Amino acid sequence: MNPLTTLRTALSSIGANKLRSGLTLLGIVIGVASVISLMAIGRGAQQAITANIQALGTNLLFVRPGSTTQGGITGGQGSASTLTLDDAYALMDKVYAPSVAAVAPERRATGQVVAGNKNTFTQIIGVTPEYQFVRNVPVASGQFVTWGQVDKRSEAVVLGSRVSETLFGFRDPVGQPVRINGRQFKVIGVLKSQGGGVQGLFDDQVLVPITTLYYRLSSRRTAQGGISVQTVNVQISSSDAMDGAVQEIATVLRLRHRITATDDFTVTSQEATIQTLEATTNVFVVFLGAIASISLLVGGIGIMNIMLVSVTERTREIGIRKAMGAKRRDILLQFVSEATLLSLGGGGVGVLLGLALSRLMDGRSVGGQTFQTAFSGDIAMLALVVSAGIGLFFGIYPAFRAARLHPIQALRYE
Amino acid sequence: MIELENVSKVYRMGNMEVAALQGVSLTIQEGEMMAIMGPSGSGKSTMMNVLGCLDVPTSGRYVLEGEEVGRLGDDRLAEIRNRKIGFVFQTYNLLHRLTALGNVELPLLYGNGQNRRKRALEALERVGLGPRANHRPAELSGGEQQRVGIARALVKNPSILLADEPTGNLDSRSSYEIIAILQRLNREEGLTVIIVTHEPDIAEHTQRVVSMLDGRVVKDEPVREPRLAAGGDAGMEGQRQ
Repeated sequence: MNPLTTLRTALSSIGANKLRSGLTLLGIVIGVASVISLMAIGRGAQQAITANIQALGTNLLFVRPGSTTQGGITGGQGSASTLTLDDAYALMDKVYAPSVAAVAPERRATGQVVAGNKNTFTQIIGVTPEYQFVRNVPVASGQFVTWGQVDKRSEAVVLGSRVSETLFGFRDPVGQPVRINGRQFKVIGVLKSQGGGVQGLFDDQVLVPITTLYYRLSSRRTAQGGISVQTVNVQISSSDAMDGAVQEIATVLRLRHRITATDDFTVTSQEATIQTLEATTNVFVVFLGAIASISLLVGGIGIMNIMLVSVTERTREIGIRKAMGAKRRDILLQFVSEATLLSLGGGGVGVLLGLALSRLMDGRSVGGQTFQTAFSGDIAMLALVVSAGIGLFFGIYPAFRAARLHPIQALRYE
Repeated sequence: MIELENVSKVYRMGNMEVAALQGVSLTIQEGEMMAIMGPSGSGKSTMMNVLGCLDVPTSGRYVLEGEEVGRLGDDRLAEIRNRKIGFVFQTYNLLHRLTALGNVELPLLYGNGQNRRKRALEALERVGLGPRANHRPAELSGGEQQRVGIARALVKNPSILLADEPTGNLDSRSSYEIIAILQRLNREEGLTVIIVTHEPDIAEHTQRVVSMLDGRVVKDEPVREPRLAAGGDAGMEGQRQ
């Protein structure tokens, strides 16, 4: 029997029992559609997270102090206070660290910000003027922290958009006084609202000169007596220079800290952060896919079930075909191609349905979370191949049973 | 030519062995039209299955047109059935979702099948059903369905046409039409026709009657004056419609 005839015969058998074929198909359709749409959500989430991190700014390295060990207990990364403002300034050295384009140290504290009868508890970040460009935080009105204010430890504050809204409503707060932890500050600017994601955190924070934070709002001196910082954000001149920059930074800091053995700082890149997060979200995507695959498996079992019924029902037909000269292989191929066509058809409809579903969900929000979906052709191809494979796998046993039937017994079957 | 030499067939049913055929020897010449008769359990169905290559004998030789077919495997047997044997069944055994034409095409799907439509249509015309080619079995009378069955048996130009109680489900008028078609094919085209029946009336239309009992041939004699079935040109009527 040639392939084309086999295909035609299979199609006509499928068409002979439309309702049953349709229901069997539905099992695969639901399976494939859920794989496609869940994978699209997973991938969308992954892309959103990556985009989020890239929005922090480009070509960033983060230098953090190492951990402290007290009484045999080692604290977390960044718990030590060995990194100083002077270390950060040293990284701007064009000779020792030529790849570094800009350096923005930061130090954080929390505090109560009060304006009139309104108040809010928030995170306060001590920054230098570079911070605006390195971390990509544009100002909506007023101005950012200046070098003059850093030098004079001025009580100047830039409010996050939501903080401004809480304290001042829709009035422009620039020039207004606020109190932070009991101290009088002057609002010099308001940040542009950044919406969701990591960058959106700035909406709820306030920025002050790093020296002000250190001397007026918190005080923890380093062993060396300098201003300790928690993170130094370093912008590198180009993405190619990243690896070299890590070395340059390490060399400068080792020299300054007179380190010969274990570093008391860590340098992580934005890239590494993305990779770590991608590894995490990959688990999530695979997990979603695995859950969806269960329904695909159930669909496959449905195909097997219906093929077994079909073989029993068509025992006589098999007997007739065998009497007319059909070989085992002909019967086997007929039933296998029926099962494969069923599941491949279901896969095709499932891909379309999955595509429609992921389009439909794209940009919808459920419980405050906005879905972002990314439909990918490779997943669609994979789903098609897998559904054909499922038909093949679950169709082969019923087909084998059909092919094995003895023609006389099959012809006598009532 | 068909030669059966000391053919036995033993079926195993649990611990019992049932001998359906016990040392049957029979020679059938090309172009013969014969009947195999006998009560149920006489072994005539087993005989039919062996002759039709649906089953192989337990012992003995079966030579079909010079080829020993008694020891062949399933796939080779399927090939022989496809090329050399045309089956006509009591219950027609047509596939209901296919048209008459589709049913007749069936044997052409297996083995080499060029010009399937044309050949199937020719076969239908030989039994006078050309105009009903696109009807499904449910839209045809019993006699017409059996004619489709005969066309399907003819389409590969087989060496033998094996008919198992071909008139068992038909009224007498349709029965004679069917017998008439078989007689015409035998007379005009020299087709070897073997009819398995338990009706003496049908057997009298053939040239030779082999009677079986308990798995043995008990009588094998020619019919002195074979009757000619009326309605022998039923096919022709069909073509004129």
